Amino acid sequence: MGRKLTFEIFRYNPADPKSKPHMQSYELEETPSMTLFIALNKIREEQDPTLQFDFCCRAGICGSCGMVINGKPGLACHTQTADLPDKITLHPLPVFKLIGDLSVDTGTWFRNTGKKIESWIHTNKKFDENAQEERMDNALANQIFELDRCVECGCCVAACGTARMREDFMGATAINRLARFYIDPRDNRTPADFYEVIGDDQGVFGCMGLLACDNVCPKQIPLQDQLGIMRRMATLESVKAIIPEFLRKKLMGCKSVKP
Amino acid sequence: MQVHYCDVLCMGAGLAGERVAVEAAEAGYKVICLSIVPPRRSHSSAAQGGMQAALGNSIMGDGDSPEIHFNDTVKGSDWGCDQEVARIFANTAPIAMREMAYMGVPWNRVVPGEHTYYKGGKPFQATEKTENEGLIHSRAFGGTAKWRTCYTSDGTGHAVLFTLDNRMLQLGVEVHDRMQAEALIHDGDRCLGVIARNLRTGELEAYVASATVIATGGFGRIYRATTNAVICDGGGQITALDTGIVPLGNMEAVQFHPTGTVPTDILVTEGCRGDGGTLLDVNEYRFMPDYEPEKAELASRDVVSRRMTEHMRKGLGVKSPYGDHLWLDIRHLGEKHITTNLREVYDICTHFLGVNPIHQLIPVRPTQHYSMGGVRVNKDGHAYGLKGLFAAGEAACWDMHGFNRLGGNSLAETVVAGRVVGKKVVEFLEGDSMTVKTDAINDAAKKVEEKIYKLKRGTGDDAYTLRNAMQDVMMEYVGIFRNGKDLQTGVDKLQEILERTENMRLVGRGIKGQDAELAMALRVPGMVKLALCVAYGALNRTESRGAHAREDYPERNDKDWLVRTLATWNEGATLPNLSYEKATPFYILPPGDRGYGGGKIIPGDENAAEHVPFDENKK
Repeated sequence: MGRKLTFEIFRYNPADPKSKPHMQSYELEETPSMTLFIALNKIREEQDPTLQFDFCCRAGICGSCGMVINGKPGLACHTQTADLPDKITLHPLPVFKLIGDLSVDTGTWFRNTGKKIESWIHTNKKFDENAQEERMDNALANQIFELDRCVECGCCVAACGTARMREDFMGATAINRLARFYIDPRDNRTPADFYEVIGDDQGVFGCMGLLACDNVCPKQIPLQDQLGIMRRMATLESVKAIIPEFLRKKLMGCKSVKP
Repeated sequence: MQVHYCDVLCMGAGLAGERVAVEAAEAGYKVICLSIVPPRRSHSSAAQGGMQAALGNSIMGDGDSPEIHFNDTVKGSDWGCDQEVARIFANTAPIAMREMAYMGVPWNRVVPGEHTYYKGGKPFQATEKTENEGLIHSRAFGGTAKWRTCYTSDGTGHAVLFTLDNRMLQLGVEVHDRMQAEALIHDGDRCLGVIARNLRTGELEAYVASATVIATGGFGRIYRATTNAVICDGGGQITALDTGIVPLGNMEAVQFHPTGTVPTDILVTEGCRGDGGTLLDVNEYRFMPDYEPEKAELASRDVVSRRMTEHMRKGLGVKSPYGDHLWLDIRHLGEKHITTNLREVYDICTHFLGVNPIHQLIPVRPTQHYSMGGVRVNKDGHAYGLKGLFAAGEAACWDMHGFNRLGGNSLAETVVAGRVVGKKVVEFLEGDSMTVKTDAINDAAKKVEEKIYKLKRGTGDDAYTLRNAMQDVMMEYVGIFRNGKDLQTGVDKLQEILERTENMRLVGRGIKGQDAELAMALRVPGMVKLALCVAYGALNRTESRGAHAREDYPERNDKDWLVRTLATWNEGATLPNLSYEKATPFYILPPGDRGYGGGKIIPGDENAAEHVPFDENKK
């Protein structure tokens, strides 16, 4: 016999005018290697088919199943019930628009953010199918991929003090995304261009430095470092008229490959 | 009902769908992608290993060429593929990889100098060329003569998908996520678009398009144990089958991947074995060289999966509460390699299995992984039977994989086919004019509405019960090894389940908005039909070829079965109609022995005039 688990789950269907937000309890017997993916599907299939939640890859790769698990944002699919107490409380991620119960609209949020920060390689070059690929240092390729590993689950945004207070804050995920393009030599944007996008309180200067983003990131992306790097870049860019160029370059410091 | 108009509608926004969309958008057409999930969550993102392309930059890929890639692909397919398509693929793959580099994929690159690589668990030294420094590197995958698989750590699918989706943002292609396609709009001759159910509002919406592209991936969820994401339910193939006109090709060709983890069925990449990982049995003995002296762990997937099953049947598997399994050993690759090049594997093992692969063995067994079959299209990606309907990627049977696909060839296929088919879609649109037929739109919508109406009044089994019953039948009777008796039992049981779907019941009685239960219930009858196409096709194919292994017909029969199965479904029928076509229009590589897997061949009598050289058209 496994433990008897009690799930307290947030219920609300915004599409139904009669629905009121409330918490609902479900009981389930724990089985070996049980994850929240297994548990929630069991509840839906055996107890309550009206329960709404999102899963896709169920392998911690796609980022669909971000939710607040006993008060902390995380991916439900790779959360084992064995690591949790008998009582498990689940809420939808805040900040994002609620679709129903534990399901939130991260898709629209990330699409808008992607457009706003112009999340693509800016280049004037045309692709030539007869030409060899441009060369790249392998260590740099690894460094870019390290930042490209974000799965857009939204946990960092949900855990962000600033994002909770103001809707227009971009969040660590967007700043990390720009940091990825900042170190990519194929992208010809200059520090001035990046400053335009994130050099205000919607971007790097809005961050209060609470750094819950870094704590909750299920992919352990070094968000704290990226916030620091991009903030320093933006700060130096903003004072470039008043400090000598050699000093600015020196202060740009680590990981910056662009002048 | 809301009606949207566009030039190109892509059903699915994974790699294949997005690559078609990018091609059409670059040509100036209005494109909309529908997706059940936000596009970056598509199952393409879960592909770890890499994409095969004969770039030949790495020392172990030195001397590679599209022709060698082509030969590997045909052998891998057990001569079931269309050789014209396989040639298009092999020739286009290097261009498509460079193009993705141009768009921003951080491919791993050649580092010159001496490196330690592994083959079959044993280290060896190789020196990467200085003149190739910084070009796209490649790793080893099964069934290949050269190291050919381009990769980004073990997050290749993720990296390429994010790059393509960035390009979509740049081009302003609309993506309507949380939309589930339920039916094609057509007039019996031409496809006019799609009826989809909005998973935010629960409402039906019509998408009218000059060209419709099915790019919804595979249908692995008809099996209980699959590496596929929960959305891989064959939605696109079902809409094609429901037309009664568009055939599905080679549905019996289902791939089992050797290294699904136990008990979660999450895949760990073939890159583990490509990079030197080995398979061990209950005695921690490396058994694969006994079966396959030449290729060992790196024979094609169908062969490795069968050998593993054979070995477990001898009682040499590891017993566990979740059934027998074997071990994957990557410990000798060391901490640095495992936490960089196999990082996703490391995460999966530690998070889901509680296993640290640096020090411990990984429990694995063959698990359903890939659908070689799908919507039958010609070499341009144009579907049989309906003008204006295209398909690409795993959803399609293009058919470069035949009866077994090589690791790294499907991920490469997504961007290669996306590029090729995208150009053909653009050609199709140039000078095309379409008459919008409102009666066809209304008919299609009405059919879906009636299904929903019926479900809300059903009194029989619920959707989950029937889905689970179907999955269990597929696991038990239509698995890795097949025989006539079991397949017949499987077909009978699936027919009974299909009948029960007629009176399916919604336990939640239908709620407003998303309603996951309704979304599933709308899928189940179609999934059972797909399962029947697989089981019935397998029952009728009385030979063994690639992943289709019949215990009662162990020979590959080139005399009678060098053909592709085509399945259509008449409305109200309880079985598909099967017909057959020649596997390939000509032979560049005549049928022969694969060089691995063993087994007898009954030779065919294809005539020499059908043979053409690889580069016949190359000027």
